[in-house]
Amino acid sequence: MAVRGGWREWRRGIQVRGAGRRRDGRRWYAGHIRTYAGAARRRLREGELGPAPALLALAVTWIVFQSLNENFLSPRNLSVLGVDIVGTGMVAVGVVFVLLIGEIDLSVGSLAGLSGALFAALNVTHGMSEWLAVIIAVGCGAVAGAFHGFVFTKIGVPAFVVTLAGLLAWNGLMLYLLGPESTIHFSEDGLVAELTGRHFGSAAVGYGLAALGTVAYLLVAHYDRGRRVAAGMPYRPVGEIWARTALLAVVVFVAVYVLGRFEGLPLALLILLGVIVVSDVLLRRTPYGRQVHALGGGVEAARRAGVDVARMRISVFVVSGTLAAVGGLFVASRLASATQVPGSGMLLINAIAAAVIGGTSLFGGRGSTWSALLGVLIIQSIASGMALLGVQSAVQFMITGGVLLIAVVFDSLARRAAESRGRA
Amino acid sequence: MVQPLLALRGVSKRFAAVQALVDVELEIRAGEVVALVGDNAAGKSTLVKVISGAGPADKGVIEWEGGAVQIKRPQDAQALGIATVYQDLAMCGNLDVVANLFLGREIHRFGILDEVEMERRTRELLQILSIRIPDVRAPLATLSGGQRRVVAITRSFLDPPRLLLLDEPTASLGFEQTNQLLDLIEELRDRGAGVLLISHNMGDIKAVADRVAVLRLGRNNGLFNVSTTSQEQIISASTGATDNAALDRPPRPEEAWP
Ligand SMILES: Nc1ncnc2c1ncn2[C@@H]1O[C@H](COP(=O)(O)OP(=O)(O)OP(=O)(O)O)[C@@H](O)[C@H]1O
Ligand SMILES: [Mg+2]
Repeated sequence: MAVRGGWREWRRGIQVRGAGRRRDGRRWYAGHIRTYAGAARRRLREGELGPAPALLALAVTWIVFQSLNENFLSPRNLSVLGVDIVGTGMVAVGVVFVLLIGEIDLSVGSLAGLSGALFAALNVTHGMSEWLAVIIAVGCGAVAGAFHGFVFTKIGVPAFVVTLAGLLAWNGLMLYLLGPESTIHFSEDGLVAELTGRHFGSAAVGYGLAALGTVAYLLVAHYDRGRRVAAGMPYRPVGEIWARTALLAVVVFVAVYVLGRFEGLPLALLILLGVIVVSDVLLRRTPYGRQVHALGGGVEAARRAGVDVARMRISVFVVSGTLAAVGGLFVASRLASATQVPGSGMLLINAIAAAVIGGTSLFGGRGSTWSALLGVLIIQSIASGMALLGVQSAVQFMITGGVLLIAVVFDSLARRAAESRGRA
Repeated sequence: MVQPLLALRGVSKRFAAVQALVDVELEIRAGEVVALVGDNAAGKSTLVKVISGAGPADKGVIEWEGGAVQIKRPQDAQALGIATVYQDLAMCGNLDVVANLFLGREIHRFGILDEVEMERRTRELLQILSIRIPDVRAPLATLSGGQRRVVAITRSFLDPPRLLLLDEPTASLGFEQTNQLLDLIEELRDRGAGVLLISHNMGDIKAVADRVAVLRLGRNNGLFNVSTTSQEQIISASTGATDNAALDRPPRPEEAWP
């Protein structure tokens, strides 16, 4: 005999039998704002600072370098910075996915290098059309990622080792493709070169996009609030929505204004922002993203809840491989040539450091793709500031290393705090 | 004869060095609470994982309403209407209460999570079950051990289960919460669902169970009717003081519980 009817029916029965139980429940619906404020206070108390530390670090970096050299915050330097972050930023977004499930992908630098080399070899050496070469290069990253994920999850080799093998092997393949010259130049006004070369100078485009983004944010926030109010649940106060929107508006309009005073809005930066927004929605607002976070919180728990762990893991490595390949095209685009540089290890280190400095946890289950943007901005700002000051890269490495260490210390402390609460 | 809801026939499972289950037989009828007792490491949790699909058996047959079924993954058991509260809870500490409840069966509209609906249903369910959780958006790691167990129990009630597996659910529960859980078990039974309750607490078993199955070193060691069996008899069967080769051994009347 099956259980008849749903919970609603059962609930009706309970309501008839015990009015006392219902009174308890009504308390949940009272004082929405109080609940909301309480939750916000709890997050603060528990050290869930979100992007605040990274934003603070970025502000400090900019203030220090601006005071040392007034050209640092010039439209020209910021425009260059805005394009320089894109390659590493793209790779870092993929790294965030892998860190969220509590794993690591050491092959992303080599895959980025391979992608650039493959594009150049197919397009220049074999005369293939640019579009087809781009698709093959990116597809190659996806397939390599799928392979890493498969070996990791189906055979059980630790991700660290699989992707370390990938780091070596894909780097070898890249060197082979680049040939004895170790560099392949491609057209400076072709598709890939345009990725970082193209700027939208027109004010209409820049301010239009800024307005569009701000209004979209405002509408989504209000729609969300409306549904919560209708359902009688805690909601964000209107004042906070407007304050957040205003803050967003200030940031985007100032950015558009400043970039407009040089060459305009860089296409590369727009693509990176688009990828970040889409992946952020994917990770925070879809069942897929929910399950990615769940894997980082406990693989066994996720498996027993019915999550297809193997499929999720492989898909995450596909994302990271694909974005590494896309990032590689942006790196190559900057020089209009495929070189050994992305495979050298600095890209890998910077991408992982960017994700962690931006606030994504190395221990899995906590982070956001926006952290890739924040982290890469900090790293690239340090590099750019040091270059302006004419300081050797030796010092730059030491400072970036220090920032990374601080970020990891923060991360570890947050984890320890969470654990000590969990054991209580 | 009434068809059992779930029947295990000759289930065996082996971990590298340990033979955790040997030819275990178990039947759970609809509208019945079966308690499963046994000493530590008797194989109770292993048996629960066999039924829930978290750790399938090496050998043996699982029958559902009289027909043989394959339960190879947790999804298979969920599809049959089997809900499980594991001894180690198995929940994600970084996700909040709502997300844990709906993990693996998220509600979405056009592919976007419907947080509002999930939160509304969470509150409704907590209200129906008379369970109080101060903040349904708090990450699970910030809740106390007992609260986490309550959330795990709530999750198993998300869709009305046809068979509920409870692995030591009253451990770390407060007095009031334990009584509430026992009430819920009885209501579920009255609605025609089957319940498998693992507990070391004879009081709980006496309160809600109809029959008690004893496991000892991975083997069946007796099946008792709660209303006609003494507590000592069950305890001696699980500690191995008595060897109950025959199932359903008729108890002597003076040993019955008051
Ligand atoms: N994943 C595993 N790997 C190896 N051995 C295991 C595993 N799980 C359980 N065992 C072994 O199987 C046996 C039965 O364990 P099980 O957890 O089922 O006992 P239990 O009856 O639930 O005990 P308790 O009352 O302590 O919860 C034990 O000897 C245990 O060591
Ligand atoms: Mg156990």
